[in-house]
Amino acid sequence: MVRKRETKTHELIRRFRYNKSAVFGLILILFLVFLAIFAPFIAPHDPTPSPPELGNSLKPGFWSNESIPGYPLGTDMMGRDILSRIIYGSRISLTVGFIAVGIATALGILIGVAAGYYGGWIDNVLMRITDILFAFPSLLLAIVIVAVIGQGLDKAMIAIGIEYSPQMARVMRGSVLYIKEMEYIEAQKAIGSSNTRIIFRHVLPNSLSPVIVYGTLMMAGAILDAAALGFLGLGAQPPSPEWGAMLSESRFYIVSGSWWAATFPGIAIVIAVLGLNLLGDGLRDILDPRLKE
Amino acid sequence: MKWYIIKRLLQIIPVILGVTIIAFSLIHLAPGDPARTMLGQHATQQEIDQIRAKYGLDKPLYVQYFIWLGNVLHGDLGRSILSHEQVTTEIASRFPNTIELAITAMIFAVLVGVIAGIISATKQYSAADYTVMGVALFGISMPVFWLGIMLMMIFGVFLGWLPIGGRIDLLIPFHRITGLMVLDSIIAGNGTALVSVLLHLILPGIALGTIPMAIIARTTRSSMLEVLRQDFIRTERAKGLSERKVIYKHAIRNAMVPVVTVIGMNFGMLLSGAILTETVFSWPGVGRLVVDSVYARDYPLVIGCILVFALVFVIANLITDLLYTYIDPRIHYD
Amino acid sequence: MGRNNPNNMKAGVLAIVVCGILIAVSFSGCVQNNPPAVQKILIFGSAGDADKLDPADVTDQESTARTDSIFEGLVEFKSGGTEIQPCLATGWNISADGKNITFDLRHGVKFHDGTDFNASAVVFSFDRQYNASNPYHQYGEWPYWSYMFSDILSVNKINDYKVKIVLNNTNAAMMTSLAMFTVSIVSPTNAAKWGADAFKHPCGTGPFKFVEWVKDDHITVEANKEYWRGAPKLDKIIYRVIKDPSARLLAIQAGEIQGMEFPDPASFAQITANTNLQLLTQPGMNVGYIAMNNGYGYNDTNKNGARDPNEPWVKTPGYFAPFTNRSVRQAVNYAINKSSIVKNLYKGTAIVAKNGMPPFMLGYNDAIVDYPYNPTKAKELLTEAGYPNGFNTTLWVMPVSRPYMFDPTKIGEAIQSYLEAVNIHVTIYQIDWATYLAKTQAGEHPMCLLGWTGDNGDPDNFMNVLYGANQCNLGIAGNVAFYNNTHVQDLLTSAIQTYNTTQRANYYKQAQVIIHDDAPFVYLAHANQNLVFTKNVKGFVLNPTARYFFYPVDMTT
Repeated sequence: MVRKRETKTHELIRRFRYNKSAVFGLILILFLVFLAIFAPFIAPHDPTPSPPELGNSLKPGFWSNESIPGYPLGTDMMGRDILSRIIYGSRISLTVGFIAVGIATALGILIGVAAGYYGGWIDNVLMRITDILFAFPSLLLAIVIVAVIGQGLDKAMIAIGIEYSPQMARVMRGSVLYIKEMEYIEAQKAIGSSNTRIIFRHVLPNSLSPVIVYGTLMMAGAILDAAALGFLGLGAQPPSPEWGAMLSESRFYIVSGSWWAATFPGIAIVIAVLGLNLLGDGLRDILDPRLKE
Repeated sequence: MKWYIIKRLLQIIPVILGVTIIAFSLIHLAPGDPARTMLGQHATQQEIDQIRAKYGLDKPLYVQYFIWLGNVLHGDLGRSILSHEQVTTEIASRFPNTIELAITAMIFAVLVGVIAGIISATKQYSAADYTVMGVALFGISMPVFWLGIMLMMIFGVFLGWLPIGGRIDLLIPFHRITGLMVLDSIIAGNGTALVSVLLHLILPGIALGTIPMAIIARTTRSSMLEVLRQDFIRTERAKGLSERKVIYKHAIRNAMVPVVTVIGMNFGMLLSGAILTETVFSWPGVGRLVVDSVYARDYPLVIGCILVFALVFVIANLITDLLYTYIDPRIHYD
Repeated sequence: MGRNNPNNMKAGVLAIVVCGILIAVSFSGCVQNNPPAVQKILIFGSAGDADKLDPADVTDQESTARTDSIFEGLVEFKSGGTEIQPCLATGWNISADGKNITFDLRHGVKFHDGTDFNASAVVFSFDRQYNASNPYHQYGEWPYWSYMFSDILSVNKINDYKVKIVLNNTNAAMMTSLAMFTVSIVSPTNAAKWGADAFKHPCGTGPFKFVEWVKDDHITVEANKEYWRGAPKLDKIIYRVIKDPSARLLAIQAGEIQGMEFPDPASFAQITANTNLQLLTQPGMNVGYIAMNNGYGYNDTNKNGARDPNEPWVKTPGYFAPFTNRSVRQAVNYAINKSSIVKNLYKGTAIVAKNGMPPFMLGYNDAIVDYPYNPTKAKELLTEAGYPNGFNTTLWVMPVSRPYMFDPTKIGEAIQSYLEAVNIHVTIYQIDWATYLAKTQAGEHPMCLLGWTGDNGDPDNFMNVLYGANQCNLGIAGNVAFYNNTHVQDLLTSAIQTYNTTQRANYYKQAQVIIHDDAPFVYLAHANQNLVFTKNVKGFVLNPTARYFFYPVDMTT
C-alpha cells in the first residue's frame, strides 16, 4: 500500500499540535479573541455606564463581605465593574496590537524588500535610516511621535506601528537576502521575469514565515507599549477601558486598601502578552528553527 | 582590532547625526509657530525676536539645523519653558538618578539572570529548570509599570518593609556631591544615608530589572545548553575533570559571549523601562522628565531628553559591540 | 601556578576582610562625631511645587504657602479667621469719604537682608504692581492687582513711618484685602540687587528666611532669629514636593514628614484611626465649579481692571455657540447629580454648592433653589435650544489636586458620564497646571473645571473676582466663564462701595439670583479644608483662606 505523502500544511499542523507552548499560547489568544468578539454578551455590565453609578465606588469583589453581587472583581473609583471593563478592554488591546503590527509590517515590507532585493545604495540608505530609528529606545520613539501627532488611541497605534517598523524591515530584508540567493530565483531572472513579478510571486510568499513569527512576537510588545502609553496618559483617553489606563487611574487607591482596581487589569495584560509570546515562540520552533538566533 | 574600533566609531556618526536631525525636526513638526514651540505661549515679543535671531528662524531649514547643532555642541540646548532653567541643567541634575537606577537594575538582572540560567541549564528538565523558565516567561510578559505597582503594594503598603517613593528618607541630612547618592553617601561616610538610599533603590531596581533578568536567564540557559553539548566539553569530561570544574571553567566562559550581547541589547529596554519605573516610584530621573515635558509640551526639554537618551543608547550599543568582539576569541576583525 | 593553589583562596579571604575593616572604619567616623543639638525641623509634604516666590505675582496656593513664611503685610488675619489686626502697620486711619487710608508703620523691623523696613519699602511693594513706569513692573503680571486692588490710585510716602493709600472709590473690603499675600512688603534693596532674579532670593520681614529652592523637590526656610515678634519655635521648615498622594500618606505614616496637605478623602478612615496622626479639618472657604465659556471677553489695553468704551467685547478663542445659550447651560446644570459626586467622589468631605460662594459669607442667598438632578428636563431644554441630538464638546480638567477638588480627573470623568447620558459627548483635555491657568484665563476653553479659595473673607473676593463682567479681561481673567452681565457688575460695584453691611448683603443676594438664572456655571461643591500632622506638631491653626501660618507652631519630641 502506498501512503499518501503528507502535504506541507498537514505537516505544519502536526508539528504545531505537538508543541505544547504554542498550543497553550493559541488557547489563551483565542480566549481573548472570544472575549473581545462576544464582549457585549459576556460582560455582566456596561463598562462605561452613563450616567455613572457613583454609589458603587471602590467596592471589593468576591473575596470580601462588602462586595456587591454581580461585581465579582469589584469596582473602580467611578463605580464601574472591573470585570466588564477588562472584557471590553480586550477589544482595545487586541485591535491596537493588530493594527500597530499591521502598520509595522506594511512599512517593514516596503523598506525591507526594497533594501534586500535591490541592494546597493538603496540598501545602504534604507539601512542607515533604520539604524537611526533603532537609536531610540523603543518606548521613547513612540512617546516622541505622540508628542508630535497628539494623544489618543488612534495616534498611539500609529506611533507604535512606526516604532516597530525598523525591526520588521530588518526581518524582511534578511529573509529577502536569503531567498534571493536561491536557485529558482536565478532561474526566474534567467527566463526574464520582471522584478515585480519575482517579488510578488516568489520572494514575498516565501518570506511569510518570519513575518508570522515576528509579527506575533511584536504584537505582544505592541500591546505592552499601548498599555504603557495608556498608563502615561498618552494613549487611550478616559473613559476608555484600556488596561494600561485602568492601572494608572486606580493606583493611588491601593494605599487606602482598594487594591483590586490596579491588580486585575495588569493580570489581563500578562495573559495577553504571555499568550502571544508562547504562540510566537512555538511558531518560531515550528516554522523556522533557523530563526532561533 | 584597532581598525575595527575606528570603523565602528565612524559608523555611528551618521546615526548620531540622524538622531540630531530627528530631534531638530521636532521643533518644526510640533503644531504652531517654531518660536512659540521653543518659548511657550507666554513669550513676550522681545523674547520671540531674540529667539528668531538666535536660531535664524527665517532662514532656510538646513541653515537653521546647523545653527541649532552649533549651539548644541556648545552645550546650549535652550531653556525649559516651564522652569526657565537651562535644559542642560535640568537634565544634568536628574541624570545621575536614572543612572543609579539603571545600574541597580542591571546588577540585579545580570546576577539573578545568569545564575538562574546556569542552574536551569545544568539541571535541564528538572523542577528548578521549569520554575526558572516559567518565571522568566512571566517576566517578559509583564508590563514593568504593573510590576512596579504590585511590588509597591506588597512590600511597601501591605508589608511595610520597603519605602515606595523618593530616593532617601527625608529626615536624613544629605549633601549632594556627584548626584550618585550611593557614591556620595560613601564619600561622606554617612552610614544611615547609605542604608536609606539602598533601601529606596531596591523596589524600583527590581521592577526595572525583572524583564532584562528574564531575558538574560533565557539566553544564558540556551547558550549554556548549546555549549554543554559541544565537543570540547566532552573532551574535558573525558579527561576526568569534575563536573563542577567543567561548568565553571569552560562552559560558563564560553556561554557568556551571547549573554553579553543580550545585556547590551537590553540596555535600550532599561532606558524605556526607566521612563515607566520612574513614573511609578516618583523617581527624580530623566525618564520622568521626558513624560512631564511631553505632557507640558515643553519642547526644548523634550528635545534635550531625546538627544541624551539616544546618545546614551548608541554609546551603550557601541561599547557592547566592542566588548563582544573583545571577549569572543573566535572573531577576528581586520 | 596550579589552578587550585590554596594561597589564592587565602589571599582572597584576606582581601575581603581588609575591605570590610576599611568600610567599617569609615562609617565609625560618623559615630565618633558629636551629634548636633536636635533641631526642630518640620517637613511638610506638598502636592506640588511653587510657581514663583514673589507673593504679588502668584495666584496658586503652593506658592503662597511658602511666601507666607517669608513675607508679611501691613495687616494680618487674626488666628483662625478673617478679622484683621495690625502687623507691619501699628494703626490706621480711614478718611470720612473712604478714599484715603493713612498707616502708621512699625519701627525697628528689619528685612532678612538687614535693611530697615520703612515707608519706601511699602511704596515699592505696591508701586511695582500698578505703575508701568516702575522699573520692576516688567518682571511680573500682577494678576491680583486687577482682581482686588484696581481701586488703588496711588500709595504715597508721607514720612519714613507713614504711608497713605489713595483710592478712587470707597472700597468696603480694602482693609481685609490688605491682609492678603499679594500686598506683602518686599525688600526694595533686594530687588535692586538682584533685578529680574529678585524672587529667586526672596527677602521679607517674616518669621522665616529663605534658604534654598531645589525645583520640583523642596524649598527650605529657616527661623529668623531677629523676627520682631521673637524667634519662631521651629528651626526650619522644608516644603517637600510629593505629588503622589499615596506616597505622601505613607511618608507621614512612617514619620518621614510631619505634615501634609490634600489627603485623599478615601484614606480618612485610616488617618483618624492612626494614633500618631492628627487630622485637622473644617468647612472650607472655597467653591469648585464647571465654567462654561459664555463667549465674550475684552482686552484691557489700559490695564485698569475695568472695561472701557474703547475696549469692545470680542469673542474668546474658546467661543462655543451652544454655551452662549442659557437653556443649554441650564440643561448642563440639570444633567449633573451633584449630591452623588459630593457623596461618592468627595466622600462626604464637602457640601453641595448652589451658589458661587460658601454659605457662611455675608450676603449668601439661601433662598435660591438649586437645579435638581433631572436628566429628562436637561434633554428637553437641549431640544428647545435646538440641540435635540446633543453636541460634542471638550471639558478642560486640571491635573493637580486643588483645595476645592481633591481629584479633578475623576470628577471630570463623572461629569463626562453624566453629560453623555443627555447626549453631550465630552472629550477630556488635560494640560499641566501652569499652562491650564494661563489658557483658561485667556478663554481658550469651551468648558473647564476650576474653583477658588477666598482670600480675605469678603464676599467681593468671590463675587466680583469670579462673576464680574470687568474680570473678563482676556489673559488674566478671574471670570473664566466670561460671563459678561453688566447688570450683575453694577450690583457688585455698588456692593463694594458702601460700608453698610445690610445694603451690601442685598446687592449680593440680587446678584446671586441673576447668576443662578443665567447659569453660566455649574457650582459643584464647597470642600472642607484638610491637613494632616503627626501628633507631635502643636499649635497649627487652620485659616479659612487656606493659607499656612507656621509661626506659632511647635514640635514636641
